[in-house]
Parts: sequence; structure tokens; C-alpha cells
Amino acid sequence: MNPAMLVATCGRVLRQLRSDPRSIALILVVPALLLAVVYFLYENETLPPGAPRTFDRVGLMMLAIFPFVVMFLVTSITMLRERTSGTLERLLTTPIHKADLLFGYALAFSLMAALQACVATAIAYWTFDLAIEGSPGLVVMVAVVNAVLGVALGLLCSAFARTEFQAVQFMPVVVVPQILLCGLFVARDDMNEILEAVSGVLPLTYSVDALFEIAGNSEPTAQLWSDIAVIGAVIVAVLLLASLTLRRRTS
Amino acid sequence: MTAQRAAEPDAVEVSGLMINRGRHRVLTDLSFTLPSGRITGLLGPSGSGKTTLMRAIVGAQRIGGGSVVVLGRAAGHPSLRRRVGYMTQDPSVYPDLTVEANVRYFGAMAGAGRRDAQAAVDAVGLSDLRRRKARDLSGGQFSRVSLACALVARPVLLVLDEPTVGLDPVLRVDLWNRFAALAAEGTTLIISSHVMEEAGRCDSLLLLREGRLLAQLTPQELRRRGATDDLELAFLRLIQAQNAGVAS
Repeated sequence: MNPAMLVATCGRVLRQLRSDPRSIALILVVPALLLAVVYFLYENETLPPGAPRTFDRVGLMMLAIFPFVVMFLVTSITMLRERTSGTLERLLTTPIHKADLLFGYALAFSLMAALQACVATAIAYWTFDLAIEGSPGLVVMVAVVNAVLGVALGLLCSAFARTEFQAVQFMPVVVVPQILLCGLFVARDDMNEILEAVSGVLPLTYSVDALFEIAGNSEPTAQLWSDIAVIGAVIVAVLLLASLTLRRRTS
Repeated sequence: MTAQRAAEPDAVEVSGLMINRGRHRVLTDLSFTLPSGRITGLLGPSGSGKTTLMRAIVGAQRIGGGSVVVLGRAAGHPSLRRRVGYMTQDPSVYPDLTVEANVRYFGAMAGAGRRDAQAAVDAVGLSDLRRRKARDLSGGQFSRVSLACALVARPVLLVLDEPTVGLDPVLRVDLWNRFAALAAEGTTLIISSHVMEEAGRCDSLLLLREGRLLAQLTPQELRRRGATDDLELAFLRLIQAQNAGVAS
């Protein structure tokens, strides 16, 4: 690995993003708008005394799911363009190491995700009075880890798409099942055995569990760190798989 | 000068090269060597296998048989990535970056700095447009960005796939002068073209047709064998002579 090439790649990806201000605006503003929708959706719910608001649960989960979905899409499209425009093949004839390229991407998009998570979290806390036990810093951390997960999966999926249209179709395949089964809609304990087992191997499940840990405890728990470790391991495995799809020599 | 050049090892040695794509044979039993510090023109009609041969030399192409040795190493060897520059036929640069940002990014892969990037942009005549987004340029300008991205690494072997397509004649002459200057400094260049008039600017020619090497010769020899100064016509006569030979 060569840090200079990694940094150059990260800078290049960010420069490409900067040339598209509309996308940046969408990335930063849309989560806040959707949070507002969820907030007003549950505005008039009647709660037994002492029960947490639904917004505190759903809003919190959304903070972590946005970066995952958005970065998955952004990465798979950007990487697909790189593959189809010939720039990837050209890059792979230069001394750049595949890891420099993949981590350059991951770094650039996680910076963007951190920004997105900060904006969304700030709005959740200050505008909508999100009430949880743990610190907002940990929420942002989980959001960034999720974004990197989205980047890794996007890099991998881009190898299986030939067009941008196909790349977008991977979202229902890769992202939606994870959102359905992550424990947000139905607690994992209430699922049937098969769905619970599937849920247990999907990385987003661990993000949601990590968020529940943050919501319920004022200090970070061991369970939180073990959840993060599981997601980290999945990220590394997916990036390794993605690096196998970058071939210097093709037929 | 000539004697000194002759003492240098060959830049590229290809022997018995076979390349298949699917069931289709793209290159058949190619063997040739290219000396260092020269411009070799790779000529042939569209579909003759020029791009595939170039990809094999830069190590991007899986080969079916034979060998390709570049600067003393098997093509695609990691140590060659610093020494070989490749410009693809379809300009492979980032349309959403400026000219300068593109060249600096590819320069960074070779440890080249801001000044090298500037020099490469100047070399292709895009100094005035260096802050423009690549996507806002014309086709010819766009492909010059791609050329600058190959030049910035100052490679020992420069493989250029149709670098002068669609260029203004004045600029084309400029570029050929630049290629000659690079060769004089010791760079080996392999340049493909389907414009036969450009063949006259090369030190030697590889004539490719239907995946086979028709001839390796100098432009002078081509003129002599075709008994004409018109290189296009000479190429045609060579093909006809070959066909007649096969038929008899």
C-alpha cells in the first residue's frame, strides 16, 4: 500500500463529488427532510406515561440507515463508471495498489457520510429533541461505520452490473432485505426461525443492535463494541471480495 | 549514435503470440522485436488486432500462447507499471474533473508533482484550458487530456492507441515532433494508427491484418516494396502480393 496514492485517490473522488453540487445537497438535505416526515408522522401518538416515543426509536435507526443506503448507491454508480469508462483499466496499468484504490474510495465516501451523519444527527437532537441515553458521538460513529459498509457493498456490486440501470437494481436486492430484517419493523425475537437466522447473517442487523445499545445505555457497552467488530469484519471481507473483482489482466 | 542504440537491449520481444477472445482468434502467431528509443508504428485496418496487441504489451490482456517480454520482464510484471505508459483508444479520463486534476491524479500514481503535470498539459497544447472540466472539451481536446495523463509519468515505453485521431493537422505535426523528441531522449514509442500518412513519421512499422503480422519494415522499405511513394497504396500492394502468394 502507498499512502500517497490512497490520498490522491480519496482527493480525486471528493473532487468528482464536488463537481456535482446537486448530489451533495441531496445527500445532506434529504435525510433531514425524511426525519421531519417521521417526526410528524408520530406527532399525535398517544403514549402510556414513561414509554419512549416511536420517533426516538425509528428516527434513531434512520440516522444509521441513510448513510448505508446513500453511500451504497453513490459508490456503486461511481465505481461502475470507473469500470465502464476505461479509467479503471488504465489505473490498473499504473503502480497503484488495489487496496489504495478501494480504501481511497472508502475514505472519501466515509468523510462525506460523516458530514451527512453530523447534519442529520444534529437535526434529530436539536430540532426534534431525540431522547436517548447514549452520546450523539456514538450515533455518528455507527452511521459512519454503516456508510463504509455501504461503500464496500457498492464496490463489490458494481462488478456485477454492466449499466447504471442494473447497478440501481441491486439496491432492492442488497439493501431492502437488510432493512426489513434488521429488527426495526419486527423485533428479531418475534421473527420465524428462518427469517431470524437470515437476519443474523446480515450486517445491518448488528448496526441496529448497536444503536439499541446506545439508546439504552449512557455508557458504551461491550455489546456495542462487539456489534461494531462484526460489522468491521464484514467490511473487510467484502472489500477483499471487491479487490478480487479488480483484474489487471482481462480477456 | 546508431551503434550505441544497437547495443541496447530490445524494448519489446514478442514470440509466437496467440490471443483468443471467446472462440474467436484475434492474434495469430505474432513474433517480432522492437528496439529501444524508436518509434514503431502499428498499422492496419480497424479490427486487425492493434488494440489487442497493445493491451498484451502493457499486460492488460490475457494471452493464449507465446510470450511478450517488455524491457526484459514478462509483460504485466509489477515493476513494469512504473516504466510503461498506456493511452487507451477511447480516452479514459474523468470527465467531471478539470484537465489539470486529471493529469495530476495520474501523475500521482507515478510520483510526479505539480510541475510535471503542468509540463504534460503544455506538451499537448491544453495550457489555456487546464482549469476546464474534461467533459466541456471537444473530442480532440478530450483525447489530448488522455495523452497528457500518459506523458506525465515519463515512462520508458509509451504505448499510444490512436493518439492523433480527430486532431487538427497543425497539432498533429506538433505531437509527432514531440514523439520524435521523446524517442531522441531514449523513450520507446509504439503508436497505432489507421492513417497511413502517419506511417512516414515512424522509424519502423508493424503491418497488421486480420490478426497476423503482414510485415515489419521501415517506411522506406514499404515504399520500395510497393514501388510507390504513397504508403497507403504500398500497403495495399503488399496485401495483394501476399494474397497472390497464398493463392498460387
